[in-house]
Amino acid sequence: MNTLEKTKKKEVTKKAGKPIYLDYQATTPLDPSVLDAMMPFLTEKFGNPHSRNHAYGWEAEDAVEKARAEISALIGADPKEIIFTSGATESNNLAIKGVGRFYKDRKNHIITCATEHKCVLESCRNMGQEGCEVTYLHVTKNGLINLDQLRGAITDQTALVSIMGVNNEIGVIQPMAEIGAICRENGIFFHSDCAQAVGKIPLDVNEMNIDLMSISGHKIYGPKGVGALYVRRKPRVRLTPLFSGGGQERGMRSGTLPTPLCVGLGEACAIAGREMAQESERLHYLRDRLYKGIAEQLPEVYINGDLDHRIPGNLNISFAYVEGESLMMGIKNLCVSSGSACTSASLEPSYVLRALGVAEDLAHTSLRLGLGRFTTEQEVDAAVEEIVTQVKKLRELSPLWEMAQEGIDIASIEWAAH
Amino acid sequence: MSYSNKLLDHYDNPRNVGSMDKNDAQVGTGLVGAPACGDVMKLQIKVTPEGIIEDAKFKTFGCGSAIASSSLITEWVKGKTLDQASDIRNTEIAEHLALPPVKIHCSVLAEDAIKAAVEDYQTKHDEAADATDTTDAENAAKAEEVRSSTG
Repeated sequence: MNTLEKTKKKEVTKKAGKPIYLDYQATTPLDPSVLDAMMPFLTEKFGNPHSRNHAYGWEAEDAVEKARAEISALIGADPKEIIFTSGATESNNLAIKGVGRFYKDRKNHIITCATEHKCVLESCRNMGQEGCEVTYLHVTKNGLINLDQLRGAITDQTALVSIMGVNNEIGVIQPMAEIGAICRENGIFFHSDCAQAVGKIPLDVNEMNIDLMSISGHKIYGPKGVGALYVRRKPRVRLTPLFSGGGQERGMRSGTLPTPLCVGLGEACAIAGREMAQESERLHYLRDRLYKGIAEQLPEVYINGDLDHRIPGNLNISFAYVEGESLMMGIKNLCVSSGSACTSASLEPSYVLRALGVAEDLAHTSLRLGLGRFTTEQEVDAAVEEIVTQVKKLRELSPLWEMAQEGIDIASIEWAAH
Repeated sequence: MSYSNKLLDHYDNPRNVGSMDKNDAQVGTGLVGAPACGDVMKLQIKVTPEGIIEDAKFKTFGCGSAIASSSLITEWVKGKTLDQASDIRNTEIAEHLALPPVKIHCSVLAEDAIKAAVEDYQTKHDEAADATDTTDAENAAKAEEVRSSTG
């Protein structure tokens, strides 16, 4: 590499003194157009959208309704079916507890899946404490649910099935249309946490028979602090609201709408709709480049989760014999996350990876790499180099790598765990 | 996780990484932890016949705190007697590296590792001592036989 190339590379790896961001599943930066759309509502157009009697209110209301239409268009819904919330966590709580509580007297069984986001699992657990029965479906080795298992779990008491569209750790896409069809056949509401799916894969609530869908602003280059819940009107889904108040959002979610955030979410959805196809292709190319670059130089790397049914921007890999947190510390110029216990406050390895049947020691070695709209090819190449270098260095430090090289079967050793 | 500079230094520049021949009579090997827990430390010491640790090497599978704790302990045990090395407390390691509370167990594992290495060395030497005693006894008996047959 000559001096010019080296300098360029240094510039790329130190963009304005900051490391390369490869954690797009954790959050995304605001798209500049989104910020432009939001600005007037953070400055002169500050009216409360529920103020019916003056121009400040009307212009805010118009902006919110425009955003509502943009969100609904992205998922094939009607604007009247979109409720704004503070984010996907609230949407998930509202969907599960709202529907659960409303229908509890007639039907009190909820089905969900072991790899759901914590807010879904906790909401279900909470409903369990309120007297509902909850079934947690297992997933196969590639992270997908087994449709036969779902059919088998359904009873005449089942009110709701909640299965996420795309998993946040492994990026795997669940068979939503098939799940929706099964639910429709059985007269059950289908809720899908689509925080990681909206704007990344084509979604249609009617084709997929989805009755409730959670949407997150900051996962699709929109602002943090806002999300939405799609609630079907035909056939009508009823729910008990979480908040008491002025009855905004058709009585389902009281509270003044944050106009700039709603506008931001709307604009983010509009952009996502336009860019999805091309962006998908580009991210696919970058992701393949990233994976090949690593796999060609390092033996014993394993992809966690199905590679085909996966959003293009996600790569979750385990590097055998190298622990995840130590690897993350080494790749100083990259921002990623890991499924290792050391990175979680509870010292438990990722429950998603464990649900896939990934052995505990491999779960500790995993890295989640998320690519997005602003990732460049140079960044991917720099990431490959950095990761490969650090993995090699840590393998030199690893007694397990040494044993593997000597041909010792590590699984056969009796460890004196403390 | 924001780590102290000392910890980061041990992570970036680990001391005494490597392996010794575990069949060498002067080497004691400690292997502690478990892959399922995300922490495995291998600590080896080379001991002089006088019982002083003249060299130490380590290899660790684990987080930054685990690597730093084991690197640090290899530095500390050099030049110490076996008893002194066994007396190192995990709290000293944790304090020196300013380990966050959730990482204290890494220092405990390092303490376990050195104790295991010392124990391994001592076990090897107890066995060797027994073998030498037997050989001495046999030689003494043979000498006695020779004396009695020639005397």
